[in-house]
Amino acid sequence: MKEVKCECGHINPVGTALCEACGRVVGEEAESSKLLDMRYEASPRRSQHYNKTFIDKIWSFFSSVKVGVWLIVITLVASALGTIFPQEMYIPPNIPAADYYKDEYGSLGKLYYQLGFHNLYSSWWYLILIASIGISLVICSLDRVIPLYKALKNQRTAPREGFLKRQRLFGITETNRDIDFEGIRTKLRSKRYSVKEENGSILAEKNRFSRWGPYVNHIGLIIFLFGGLLRFVPGMYVDEVVWVREGETIEVPGTSGQYYVKNEKFIRQLYDKQKDDQVFNDALKKNPTVIKNFQTNAVLYEKKGNTLPGEQPELKKVESHSIQVNKPMKYEDFAFYQTDYKLDEMHEMKFKLIDKKTQESFGKLTVDLYDPKKKYDLGKGYSVELLNYFPDFEFDENSEPITKSRIPNNPAFVFNMITPDKPKGEASFVAIQQTIEPTGNNKYKLAFDGIETQNVSGLTIRKDMTLWFLAIGGAIFMIGVIQGAYWNHRRIWLQKKNGQVWIAAHTNKNWFGFKREISSVLEGTSLTEPADQLNEKS
Amino acid sequence: MAKKQRLVMRTVILLVLAAALVYALYANLTKADQDKVEMNSEAPNFVLTDMNGTKHKLSDYKGQGVVLNFWGTWCKPCEKEMPYMDSQYEEFKDKGVQILAVNVGESNYSVEQFVDKYALDFPVLIDKKSEVQNAYKVDPLPVTFLINKEGKVVDQMTGSLTEAEIRGFMNRIKP
Repeated sequence: MKEVKCECGHINPVGTALCEACGRVVGEEAESSKLLDMRYEASPRRSQHYNKTFIDKIWSFFSSVKVGVWLIVITLVASALGTIFPQEMYIPPNIPAADYYKDEYGSLGKLYYQLGFHNLYSSWWYLILIASIGISLVICSLDRVIPLYKALKNQRTAPREGFLKRQRLFGITETNRDIDFEGIRTKLRSKRYSVKEENGSILAEKNRFSRWGPYVNHIGLIIFLFGGLLRFVPGMYVDEVVWVREGETIEVPGTSGQYYVKNEKFIRQLYDKQKDDQVFNDALKKNPTVIKNFQTNAVLYEKKGNTLPGEQPELKKVESHSIQVNKPMKYEDFAFYQTDYKLDEMHEMKFKLIDKKTQESFGKLTVDLYDPKKKYDLGKGYSVELLNYFPDFEFDENSEPITKSRIPNNPAFVFNMITPDKPKGEASFVAIQQTIEPTGNNKYKLAFDGIETQNVSGLTIRKDMTLWFLAIGGAIFMIGVIQGAYWNHRRIWLQKKNGQVWIAAHTNKNWFGFKREISSVLEGTSLTEPADQLNEKS
Repeated sequence: MAKKQRLVMRTVILLVLAAALVYALYANLTKADQDKVEMNSEAPNFVLTDMNGTKHKLSDYKGQGVVLNFWGTWCKPCEKEMPYMDSQYEEFKDKGVQILAVNVGESNYSVEQFVDKYALDFPVLIDKKSEVQNAYKVDPLPVTFLINKEGKVVDQMTGSLTEAEIRGFMNRIKP
């Protein structure tokens, strides 16, 4: 590629269509064309012409809109692929991912897993795609907005003939009469044009800022992407779940032990036919249990002092709130949302020691399922020893009783009942609705005498310092869209030349509206409206 | 001159963008590690009480190696490795290697039953409020941390250990 030398002697950079010094149309391509490409004011995009160094090559690659569009298309297709089967984070955690996809979705699922689509949105290549879109945005914008800005800033009030002729709207009026330019100027001003004049040539221009709309929009997008990137920075984003039983005070995960939350009470309310509005009656007939409210009465504490984990922390109450769905407890940057619950978790079990025949009771005992005791003394020589405890009981493959977890979902006990007449005691295996006696001929029995339950509340802890970036980025994005979409950059050139009046006009969009505006400006003068040279062609 | 300036500008802008990309990739690929205790860093200190009522503060064991094991009575792999740990404990306790077994917050009753069943000699602590588990980001069980005599975490093993592995570990952190 060569530099372009103009008649005036100025040497322009490659790709130039209008001489930087004199405004003549230069370069073979521009000279032979009927219309100028005015999208970037016929200014050269330099990256398309300089490819000397490695840096320039990368730059010109990302500067291409074609590349940018393909990046977006590829990202859209990849994002769609990620939704064919569930992502790994949504599959049951107890099955290895490799087996799950094969078993559930067959060979396609296996392929899906092998290609790594089960973790698509956090895969390195997906991140590179997103980042490439960001890079493309920055470079495309810079490469266009700078020459465009310069060209518009330095535009000539009286462009050369070649420039005027190659505008889409162009016309010549032969006239010997004196044309009332003053009247036209007034009309243009009343239509909010800023009118410049140079030796009888007029340039009327308005809404140039509309040309910056796409770039403002891109700045917004880049801020948005940057906000997304910030999520990875430690301390910017927390998303944790904590389960708190009623009455329990627990360390809040994601806060490095700084905060503790207490569940004072969990409330679940249903719609009630009697109490609630009659309009709900029909719906309640179909489905009688409709939730009206989930609520956790929560207290938030902050830890004072430097107690170690395991030590009794010194807590100071900082906030209390009735957390309901969509009404989180907020403190500093943290928000606590009601997201889940478990009703009626067993927490105490009551028994009474009875004589199987006479049903006579010899005392009651209450077993705290989270802290059972070794021995329960019932007085008068009656006591119960706890020989074994299975909070979440089941039989294993050898028919031995075991516990599946530490949560008392299905408690079972081995008790030894000591009575005055059986001082060695009688053993009994007690589970829910089930009693097994090793000998089969016990005299006494521990009869079930009720349970105490408590509710457990599931809270989600959120902190998102990136939201501001997303909000500001989104707002700038929209400002850019509005700026570029609701205003049009319009220019009209008027020149007198030896008994002729030349009119050329350019807008970046809405040519129809622009033509109507021109015709209303020229109304009452003898000037002919400029013709649309694009229509002539076709 | 202008060309040179442009090259410098382009290089700078590309470098900034590349740095952002590299950071995003690095942060994303090490996300899984962020949910773990950092290796070769100070082991989070804690104080817990054992079944005899004695308080154990991790920092008091500086100068000794510490095998810190998190376990639960219902967890089969935990149960399996306990006797191995006990027999190695007998051998290493006089050589400056301590075992601290932290139960993840079950009832005293269940833990006592378990300790009695296997006649465990090393201190068994109960983390009732899960604070120590949070500090060590414990999930799933069992998980064993090796802490050297300087009080730094040198290794972490998830899953049941064989007796030979435990022996190897204890030799690694022997002062």
